[in-house]
Formats: sequence, C-alpha cells, structure tokens
Amino acid sequence: MKGMKGTQLYLNDVHRSFDGYKAINGLSLVIAQGEMRAVVGPNGAGKTTMLDIITGKTKPDSGEVFWDGDVDLTRIDEAGSARLGIGRKFQKPTVFETLTVEDNVMLSLAGARGVAAGLFHRTSRAQAARIDELLELVRLAEARRRLAGALSHGQKQWLEIGMLLAQDPQLLLVDEPAAGMTDAETMRTAELLRSLAGKHSVVVIEHDMEFVRALDCKVTVLHRGAVLAEGSLDHISANPEVVEVYLGR
Amino acid sequence: MLHVDKIDLSYGASQALRDVSLTAEAGQVTCVLGRNGVGKTSLMRAVSGREGISAGAVMWEGRDISRLRPDARARLGVATVPQGREIFPLLTVRENLETGFALLPRRARSIPDEVFDLFPVLAEMMNRRGGDLSGGQQQQLAIGRAMVTNPKLLLLDEPTEGIQPSIIKDIGRAIRYLRGQGRMAIVLVEQYFDFAAELADRYVVMDRGRVALAGVAAEVDADEVRRMMTV
Repeated sequence: MKGMKGTQLYLNDVHRSFDGYKAINGLSLVIAQGEMRAVVGPNGAGKTTMLDIITGKTKPDSGEVFWDGDVDLTRIDEAGSARLGIGRKFQKPTVFETLTVEDNVMLSLAGARGVAAGLFHRTSRAQAARIDELLELVRLAEARRRLAGALSHGQKQWLEIGMLLAQDPQLLLVDEPAAGMTDAETMRTAELLRSLAGKHSVVVIEHDMEFVRALDCKVTVLHRGAVLAEGSLDHISANPEVVEVYLGR
Repeated sequence: MLHVDKIDLSYGASQALRDVSLTAEAGQVTCVLGRNGVGKTSLMRAVSGREGISAGAVMWEGRDISRLRPDARARLGVATVPQGREIFPLLTVRENLETGFALLPRRARSIPDEVFDLFPVLAEMMNRRGGDLSGGQQQQLAIGRAMVTNPKLLLLDEPTEGIQPSIIKDIGRAIRYLRGQGRMAIVLVEQYFDFAAELADRYVVMDRGRVALAGVAAEVDADEVRRMMTV
C-alpha cells in the first residue's frame, strides 16, 4: 500500500528494536506538505531513532515509510534521502569554521558536484542572488564576510539552517535548535522556522516549551516509540496521560 | 555544605547553564527537577568537576572548588552516581566497589557493611562481572561504589531512570537511610516526580538552563513544580 496522496511524510506502524529494546514501537505519523510540526517527548521516547528512520540512517524492522505519497524511504540510504530533498540539522552546529559565512552558504548551494564542476566553478549571478537571499533570511547579511567560527552559537545554528535551505529541501528535520541559545536567539529561531512553513515541511524536535509555544504549530508527543498525543500545545498540556509521562509515572 | 553560586557553563559557544545557584546541606536531600535538556546533568558535572564553569563559583565547605579537578573534589568528599551508572562492565562487583578505595587511606580501605545491608544483592553477586548485572543491580552497585568513598556530598543523577519499581523502592530506602545518617549532603536529580517528592527537603526546578523555582520543600507549591516539569 502507498502512503496518502499529498503527504510529505507518511509513517505507518513502524517498529525498530535494538537488542530487544523497542526504540520505535508502532509509530504512525503523517506530515502534510508545507506543514510545521513539533515533536516532544521524554528521554528514550524514540525521537532521534525516528529521524534516523526518516533519513535512511536506520532501517525499520517493519512498517511503512513513504515520501511524497509513493517513494518508499525504507529502501533509501542517507545520501539518497538528501537527494530526495530531506535536510537534517543535527543538534550541534556543523559549519566550516575557517570559511566565511557566505562561503559556507555557497558551498551548500544545490548544483553539480564532481571534480570538473569544482575546478571550473564560477558563481553565477543567480547563485549570488540566492546567497544574498538566504543570508537575509537567516539574518546574517551583515556578517557575511566574517569567519563562521567567530559567530555566536545562535548565529552558527542559523547559518547551518541557511546552508540546509541552500539545498532547497522539501523537508527540514531540525533537532533541538534552541538548546544553548539565549532567549532572544530562541525567539528569533522560532520566527525563522515559522517563515519557512508553507514553502517547506519542517519537523522540529525540541524540549524547550517556550520555543515550542513560539512555533505555534501542531505538537506530537512521543512516548516509548509511539505517538502518545497530538494537537495544539494547550491541548497536549491538558492531556493527563502526557502529564503522567513527564512526571515519570 | 554545598553552595553553587550563580554559575554559567558552556559547551563551546552553546550555553547550558545560566546563573544557576543551589544549596545542599548535610542530612538533607536537595532535588533537582526539570524536563530533559534543561541543564540538570550539566549542573551535576559542574559540581563534580567534569565540566568547567565560565562564571560563578562552586563552594564546598566554605572553599571555592571551581578550579579543582574531579579527583581532587572526590578527595574532598564529593561522590557521583552518574546517569547511566557508568559501572565498569569487565570488573567484578567487588572490584567495582573497590575502585572507591583509591580515595581512602590504606587503613580505611574496607567496604562498609551498610552497603550490603542496603543492597543485599551486591553481596550475592560479589564475584560476578558488573556488565552481567541487570540495570537495577548496576544502579545499586553505582550507589554502593559511591558509598565506599565515604562521601560528604552524594550526587545522584536520575537513579530511577529505566529501573524496575521494586528496585526503585530499595534506592529510595537507601537515600532515606543516608539522609538519616546525617553525614552527607545529597543532591538528587530526577524526572520521576513522586519519587523525588517523597525525599525532597529542598527543590531546585530548572528550565532552559536556569533555575525556574527553588526553595525548601515545605514552602514550595508541589503543583507548581509539577507544572514546570510537564509540557
């Protein structure tokens, strides 16, 4: 059976164990095209394994994972998922610290790869315009000639989001972007991600509830490898089962 | 007495703790609560010396130990039961307990009977490898190992995480016993609210790397604590 039409991501009854430990245990999740979704859950809920399965890093033991309605993600590896348009931002910023901000973005632009393309590369006008646009979006236009290593933690995270966007992904998977950020950076990051919704699907894993509130989107609570609750933040906050799980009961 | 005074801690440019303070006194349990990712373990690592701080001070018995290495702090009586237990899987239970001897003068090198009174299973398993123990038994071993060092400050990082209910009870009883002895200050990091609430003399609730709520248990509104721990 294929996933639903019009869905960006469709997971149905996915299972994955590690040495008998059921990290993902009947997980079903649908992300619509252009949707932003926050995923929360206590330690060991399966959040990272879920991202590993979506990006082809980990294969599920059973269950369906479809991209764009009909592409079977269980048959695709990490590089393949990136080529399909799935961009993953890990928690720790991974920018090229000894290059400038704009060079980081330029290196990330979608385009031909390979030795010849690398040797004879010229930045086209269209590419230059795209770099400007991305730097503007992640608020690093002023810092474009600075070395990425000299940026603040929040700025590095934004730069990396800009680098992901340079690949023109359809889906962004973002793991705890707000960790370690100042309050102002946290709110700015929520704004940035919100501005992407509609054009890109975005899945954000986060523990910071102020940040999740600022994202103002549907929230999925994972627990023991499956969805425990789904809805607005207020809706799930009022769910007694969710409260119990967070209190460790 | 432990007094953590307005500390900051960063991993590279990412700041995990901001202006965090905490007090722990002998014969009392100070509970550090909060959701995952709010900085609880970073706070424990700052106290034990496994991470350096960038501002503030860790004061122990009136002395600033912020710059001391973890082993020097251990010599001053700071013992850790880390999250995930970190027992030595290839050493036997006995050898794991004896690693605590490193801190002690030669004549004081014995495993106190109370370790086996509190956790009889360790006596039964003395010659088994640590890695062959169940998670709950490993947790008991990690607490026993810390007790061997004769600590004056015991840091317990989520000792109930992934542990079966019967052993959680044993761990609770052990903490209550150690508090009753009055020799050590106990800092208990937890996400299991009911367990912590039964033991807490003081609360420190964290959110986003900061202390969101702190106070003596009798004066803190438990509903407020619960609210801060949930989504």
